[in-house]
Amino acid sequence: MESLLSNFLNMKILGEAAPYLMQGLMMTLLLCLIAIPLGLIGGLGLALASTSRRRSVRWAAIVYTDLFRAFPPLVLLMFVAYGLPFLGLKLSPILSVSVAFLLNTSSYYGEIFRAGIESIPKGQTEAARSTGLSIWQAQRLIVMPQAIRNMTPDLISNTLEVAKLTSIASVVALPELLYAARQVQSVSYNATPVIAAGIIYLLLLWPLVRLLSRFERRAVLIR
Amino acid sequence: MVWAKTGPSRAMNRLIDTFFNTAIMWQYLPKILEGMVVTIWLALLVVASGILLGFALALVRSLRWRAVNLLIVLYADVFRAVPALVILIIIYFALPSIGVRLSGFVSAWLGLALVLSAFAEEIFWAGILSVPHGQWEAARATGLSVAQALRHVVLPQALRITIAPLTNRAIVITKNTALASVVAVGEILYQAQAGYSFSYNPSPLTLGAIAYLILFIPLVWFGRWVESRFAGKLVGVK
Repeated sequence: MESLLSNFLNMKILGEAAPYLMQGLMMTLLLCLIAIPLGLIGGLGLALASTSRRRSVRWAAIVYTDLFRAFPPLVLLMFVAYGLPFLGLKLSPILSVSVAFLLNTSSYYGEIFRAGIESIPKGQTEAARSTGLSIWQAQRLIVMPQAIRNMTPDLISNTLEVAKLTSIASVVALPELLYAARQVQSVSYNATPVIAAGIIYLLLLWPLVRLLSRFERRAVLIR
Repeated sequence: MVWAKTGPSRAMNRLIDTFFNTAIMWQYLPKILEGMVVTIWLALLVVASGILLGFALALVRSLRWRAVNLLIVLYADVFRAVPALVILIIIYFALPSIGVRLSGFVSAWLGLALVLSAFAEEIFWAGILSVPHGQWEAARATGLSVAQALRHVVLPQALRITIAPLTNRAIVITKNTALASVVAVGEILYQAQAGYSFSYNPSPLTLGAIAYLILFIPLVWFGRWVESRFAGKLVGVK
């Protein structure tokens, strides 16, 4: 027990690691603030494209979505961080991470938005149109409010995934929470910083996990 | 490779030479194929053990022992909230300091299986909850034991609605096998990166990306098919 505590929750090392972990946490939060809105906007664009009247636009959206959902995010990140410099595109770590995340998360969000829009029967749009609403009004007043309710649990679930995913930025040496923890771990030969990082992630994301469980249960009750 | 003299085709050739260098690709193909085998094994082990463990936990939870259920909820919350990469790193780099030494492969298997089991438990549990309580009571009233009621009445209905979310979650987790490269498991990404750093040419990365497409595009399509086939059963469990 003693060795467990001194190896995993060593207060002295935790004290020394704290400032670095805090810096890392700030970077993690910054990454979330970049990746989540970018993914949402990109996803919305993709979903709109996939309902386009032009076949070529629809197909492009589908190919994009399937392609970037098939790549593991870490593979995308490697490609952007190590491959693009060969094209003369030397991106800063934070920019490479943002690009890789945009490609990955927009395709997931796009799929959620698309399913949400498709969950509203076409008849509703037609009915709305026949009452004299414009296409835009029908979307905004009739389709969207219902679609958003249907896709909220999936949006929460995906946002949780994106927030967790920011930890892979450590692999390309972006100093976020996990990277900071590993740095301190490697100089102190003690696992405490990594355990602490795990606990910070837990505290940060626990509300989202709870929210998700609540939505799941509500979905069951509605049924 | 001979470069053409004219501008655009020269740039094109350079692009091909950099990202699709056939000589380098040919050289690293065996390694990438080796990596594919490791990825497939790891994915199969993770999915089988993760789903099994999640199912077992949901079954125990349905017995509604208060203290045990609290532990299961805590377990599910922890492994859903903490990033998989953090869990892998704790298992591989931190456990040795208390004398638990696992290979990279076993660490990745264990870490990803724990994460999948947490999500699977929640999905199975939501499925079990979706069966109205009256059915439990009716089944018990006809003389079925708890186990029989579970097996013959509750589970057949509960499992059907778990298929789509479970499939999607399992596919997401199998893509996470790429994280195993961080703990030195010789799967696709690890081999591709090794090839890249030996040859200082990104073609092995391209080859790795193609390998992932070959494995995962069918899974993405399968996931979409399952979703449309079993859609509308349960909104929101993913």
